[in-house]
Amino acid sequence: MTNLIASLQTHLKTVVAVCFVLLAVIAGSSLTVDTHHAHTWVEQHVPFFWSFFGFAAAAVIIGVARWFGRSGIQAPTDFYDCSTSKSCEED
Amino acid sequence: MASSFIHPSLFLILGGLLLPFIQGPLRKPYLFLVPLLAMGAVVLNASLSGNFATVSFLDWQLVFGRVDKLSTVFALIMGLMAVIGTLYGLHVDRAGEHMAAWFYAAGSLGAIYSGDYISLFLFWEMMAFASVFLIWFRRGKQSLAVGYRYLLIHTIGGIILLAGILLRYQAVGNITFDLMDVAHPELYTWLIMIGFGLNAAMVPLHSWLPEAYSEASFNGAVFLCAFTTKTAVYVLARSCAGMDILVVLGVIMALYGVIYAVMENDIRKLLAWSIVSQVGYMVAGIGIGTDLAINGAVAHAVVHILYKSLLFMGTGSVLYMTGKTKFTELGGLHAKMPATFFFTLIGCLSISAAPFFAAYVSKSMIISAGFENHLNWASWLLMFGATGTFMYNGLKLPYFLFFGQNNCSAETWKKAADPTWNMMIAMTLGATLCILVGTAPGFLYAMLPHVVDYSPYTAYHLMETLQLLGFAALAFFLLRKYVEPVDRICLDIDWLYRKAGSGFLWLVKGPLQGGDTAWGEAYRVVGLSSLMTLSRFWSWFDWHVIDGVVDGIARSVRALGDKVRVLQSGQIQLTLYYAFSLAAIVFVTFIFFQLL
Repeated sequence: MTNLIASLQTHLKTVVAVCFVLLAVIAGSSLTVDTHHAHTWVEQHVPFFWSFFGFAAAAVIIGVARWFGRSGIQAPTDFYDCSTSKSCEED
Repeated sequence: MASSFIHPSLFLILGGLLLPFIQGPLRKPYLFLVPLLAMGAVVLNASLSGNFATVSFLDWQLVFGRVDKLSTVFALIMGLMAVIGTLYGLHVDRAGEHMAAWFYAAGSLGAIYSGDYISLFLFWEMMAFASVFLIWFRRGKQSLAVGYRYLLIHTIGGIILLAGILLRYQAVGNITFDLMDVAHPELYTWLIMIGFGLNAAMVPLHSWLPEAYSEASFNGAVFLCAFTTKTAVYVLARSCAGMDILVVLGVIMALYGVIYAVMENDIRKLLAWSIVSQVGYMVAGIGIGTDLAINGAVAHAVVHILYKSLLFMGTGSVLYMTGKTKFTELGGLHAKMPATFFFTLIGCLSISAAPFFAAYVSKSMIISAGFENHLNWASWLLMFGATGTFMYNGLKLPYFLFFGQNNCSAETWKKAADPTWNMMIAMTLGATLCILVGTAPGFLYAMLPHVVDYSPYTAYHLMETLQLLGFAALAFFLLRKYVEPVDRICLDIDWLYRKAGSGFLWLVKGPLQGGDTAWGEAYRVVGLSSLMTLSRFWSWFDWHVIDGVVDGIARSVRALGDKVRVLQSGQIQLTLYYAFSLAAIVFVTFIFFQLL
């Protein structure tokens, strides 16, 4: 397995190209699937709906997590230690 | 056939009590045998149906063996987890750690088989008090404090549950543990639901989970990730199915866990956040309450135990071999731990609901049930959360741990290697089951509480999943620098009670202790001194006045007695003489005063 991974890493551009082709095939194939049993209107009528949804959801989650973290949720690792001892006050 | 029920907890409890006496070469076979016997008992019980092991206690009938499809499927997966978890930690020498794990598993199995609230509560608390040792046995610098916080929170949850049980008994008059009237919830309904919900890590009662599970010992976490939350899912499915609020709470859990997992730097804490998120799906399914939703929640609980334990075994192997758990101290490990990487990857694909892997056959049941029940908002948000799950668990975890930037120190890199044979076998077993359930879900569906009319392998579902995963992966690789782990902690709702605790400590150590010291000093200077002066006065008064009067009277009486004693010679004529003389004096005096 290590050799396989090393081989893939040495041919990274080819791997990336294959992945893009695969994505295109998946998206294209989605047009051929019967959507009559889908639960909602958008699934039935918007082409590549789940491709958009997947990309947008991932981007939104990354954005929200980053904003949330930067807004003060991510704190130094000694945050709670500092609150119980005076040694951090000087920092 | 009442005698045919065998309680699996008995094997684990008795086995645990005997364990310290089993030493040397017999230890490992014994460790393997005991959970296997418990598992065997669960398998034998699976053929039964009804109430067994009933015991009369005071006015109540305790049921230790309620066997039906719901309890059986949970008992089977818990029994299996006891076997896999023990196998994973087979080389651990500390008997106490195995005992804690077995008592914990026994508590879970006991709760699952309980048919009444009293025995349920007994096993419920047994779980909490046994599992805390799995945190303490890590023996890290934070372990003790984290363990105490864990115990404190679970004790509070236990008290809330007990209050609900007592109120329910007062209102209903029985202790039967069954579906409550969730359409018309009373106070006790809410209290019982909250008591159960705390163990299910419902937001905002969830903070104990990421903190405790990331701090547990490498094999303790494998047990922890399976038992507490999924036992809570079982009791919620048993008692609160169809309770609307659970849909809202489940969706919040699913999304909240995703956001925190994306921010997290600790690999095991990421997985712990993932539990909050995944249990959210189960809670939402229970809230929807239809047959499909309950089947989905139960199926997801079963597969979740399989893939989550596999993931904790993979990351536990990293911790065991390197001593590190932070992305910022790890990376590039695929070269040193290829087998661990492979098994972890199977766990990652399983939790991501990739086709042919475990969660693919369960998560979609809950989402479909939401759509079918016209709860579109919930299903859309759960789909949104599912994308996040793939991103942090299917991509972030394997990428930054096994590939990405190599942050290992020379020492960490040197120590990194695939773990011992028993850990590898346990991971092989977990990985095999993840693929088996994902590719052939029929045997899982056959065990679910309701008849399953659902097929996950439709062309539409397959294409939907492939698009979702494929394009989420594209977004991740384009935006991965924004999710790069940083060496920081994420503040959560526990901030409130940890700050409140610190505030209380400050209040006690500062103003209260200062006030107490000042009061003591004031008492010593003012109160004690004045009291001493007063005491001295009363001492003087007692000595000179009270004693003076009493002693003076006594002395006077004695002196008078001495005088009078002379008069008592004992001769009758003298006595008559004194008596008549005295009478004459009195008589003359009386006459004299009459004449005046």
